[in-house]
Amino acid sequence: MDLRLNRHRRAGLAALATAAALLAAGCSSQGGKKAQEADAGLAAGKADTPRMRIAMITHAAPGDTFWDTVRKGAKAAAAKDNVDLVYSSNPNGADQANLIQNAINQKVDGIAVTLAKPDAMKGAIAKAKKAGIPVVAFNAGLDQWKDMSLLEYFGQDENIAGQAFGKHLNEIGAKHDICVIQEQGHVALEARCAGVKKTFKGKTDVLYVNGTDMPSVKSTISAKLKQDSSIDYVVTLGAPFALTAVQSAKDAGDKAKVATFDLNKDLVSAVQSGDVQFAVDQQPYLQGYLSIDSLWLYKNNGNFSGGGEQPVLTGPAFVTKDNVDTIAKFAQKGTR
Amino acid sequence: MTHTATPAAATPPASPAVPPKSRTAERSLARRALARPEIGALVAAVGVYLFFFAVAPTFRQADSFATVLYQASTMGIMALAVSLLMIGGEFDLSAGVAVTSSALAASMLSFQLTTNVWVGVLVALLVSLTVGLINGLLLIKTGLPSFLVTLASFLMLQGANLAITKLLTTNVATDSISDMDGFDQAKSLFASEIDVFGVDVKITVLWWLVFAAIATWVLLRTKFGNWIFAAGGSKESARAVGVPVNLTKIALFMTVGFAAWFVGMHLLFEYNTVQAGEGVGNEFYYIIAAVIGGCLLTGGYGSAIGAVLGAFIFGMVNQGIVYANWNPDWFKFFVGVMLLLATLVNLWVRRQAARR
Repeated sequence: MDLRLNRHRRAGLAALATAAALLAAGCSSQGGKKAQEADAGLAAGKADTPRMRIAMITHAAPGDTFWDTVRKGAKAAAAKDNVDLVYSSNPNGADQANLIQNAINQKVDGIAVTLAKPDAMKGAIAKAKKAGIPVVAFNAGLDQWKDMSLLEYFGQDENIAGQAFGKHLNEIGAKHDICVIQEQGHVALEARCAGVKKTFKGKTDVLYVNGTDMPSVKSTISAKLKQDSSIDYVVTLGAPFALTAVQSAKDAGDKAKVATFDLNKDLVSAVQSGDVQFAVDQQPYLQGYLSIDSLWLYKNNGNFSGGGEQPVLTGPAFVTKDNVDTIAKFAQKGTR
Repeated sequence: MTHTATPAAATPPASPAVPPKSRTAERSLARRALARPEIGALVAAVGVYLFFFAVAPTFRQADSFATVLYQASTMGIMALAVSLLMIGGEFDLSAGVAVTSSALAASMLSFQLTTNVWVGVLVALLVSLTVGLINGLLLIKTGLPSFLVTLASFLMLQGANLAITKLLTTNVATDSISDMDGFDQAKSLFASEIDVFGVDVKITVLWWLVFAAIATWVLLRTKFGNWIFAAGGSKESARAVGVPVNLTKIALFMTVGFAAWFVGMHLLFEYNTVQAGEGVGNEFYYIIAAVIGGCLLTGGYGSAIGAVLGAFIFGMVNQGIVYANWNPDWFKFFVGVMLLLATLVNLWVRRQAARR
């Protein structure tokens, strides 16, 4: 028994020593955390207004690069405005409404909410207003925020963004595209593809993939490209899927080009290298930042944008090879 | 679910067929309480409650408690039916999407045919019961484990939800039926709020407790309750003593169908439109709630009150983490830890009880 313990201990020590040696020997001369730390994040001074608490409630699935950028924008504004930011999210409509109720119980000073499922939010938002909490909408719900008489809206019109996308495809002479939807039953994503379909003069096919499982996304797109060689453009609705689609096109030995909605750090590099042709950015950082900042301003000076009539549009901003370099340095920090 | 002929290690509760003046009546009340399947869940629920009471000041408010109860109730109604099914020795993985299917059916039928919404509600009930019936029949006719049968029906329903919705509405969400005849009546039944000492409590909480009472009565006081325990404990022995095992299992699947219909109707009348893609993944939460409540994965043991407590724990953890303002990145991690702890407490208490 003792002997065996000893042997175990010795093996453990040996493993530790090996790992330490590997770590020491395996330093990278470029990239990595050290390079990242050299780029300072976005920060500014701090307001001396009284501490306030704002809840941001989104329909995001956890671990999505887009929503991470939204949160970073919100955090930057919160740090500046002396705001205690309470972020929570749930893709399920009923659960998201519950989170609004949760924020009301916490007696927050303001709520920023995404209206991906506007009908589901109605009751909870009415309660927030009854409790005297100002509510702004962002990212989703362009057609509904006014009917719910919310204060402001920050975002882009998904259908219009889709139409702009379709027009751009016409300009570059595309003939046949597939619009890849990564989450079945998601209204905003469907609106984008509908917009593309509307203005694009060529043929648009919708392809559903399972966005939570990247290998299956990759093989589904590959299979589609192999099956139909006339497809010359793959349109994805999120940056991670564009990067996967690039791989799919390579696998299928296909000449299809990739273009996408939304940005992230890696996608900017892909636009620079020409793997991805262009991206339509709705500036998530800006959406998060403005939502929080506007509530702060409303509380402290009564200002609000758009007069309760017009939205504040944060997109569509086209990112192409011509302008990608200016964006790249911000994208490297993960804030664009 | 393995159907070995070995009965579950835990003894099922004494059957009511035993006349009251037997040995069971002589055991002390405390001993009998400790031998109940839900006692561990009760201890865990109190523990979780006290924990969040201590760390999250907002959690202590009455309106916060109402939010927790509401979250627990929609899950709890399903967890009740799922726990009965699990006591009967079967799984239902299609329970999550079945809720969405039911809501979609009611909404689209009413809207497309421009009928009174009650027509849609009743047709949706038929649809849900039929789904349960088909699940049960498939199980019996194929002899496959329910895990596989309902996994197939889960995928089929998920696809049907989206495809049929898109076919009929050209969208992925149903059209709002909030201005149609009968909507307000149905809303008052499925999705209104009751004022309890100045706090708005959703009516689903009331329904949840009513259903829990009915389920408990069925389990402990009726012949059918005995059949459930027998069918889940050991199918062969149950058949040998004349329990209609097939009928029992079909009825249990249809009970899950009924619960899915009820929760689906609540979602429809609370939120007006239904998104085709929702409900996926919830089936596991129902199963977890039942297991925390003392159901065994092998069947033949568990209780309805346990499922109520399990859903209540889940609701507390879900909202409590937000009230406590913990980093939401860790949300699922915390939920997992809490569930593991609750289940372990449950197991430990049950062992202690069994030892006496």
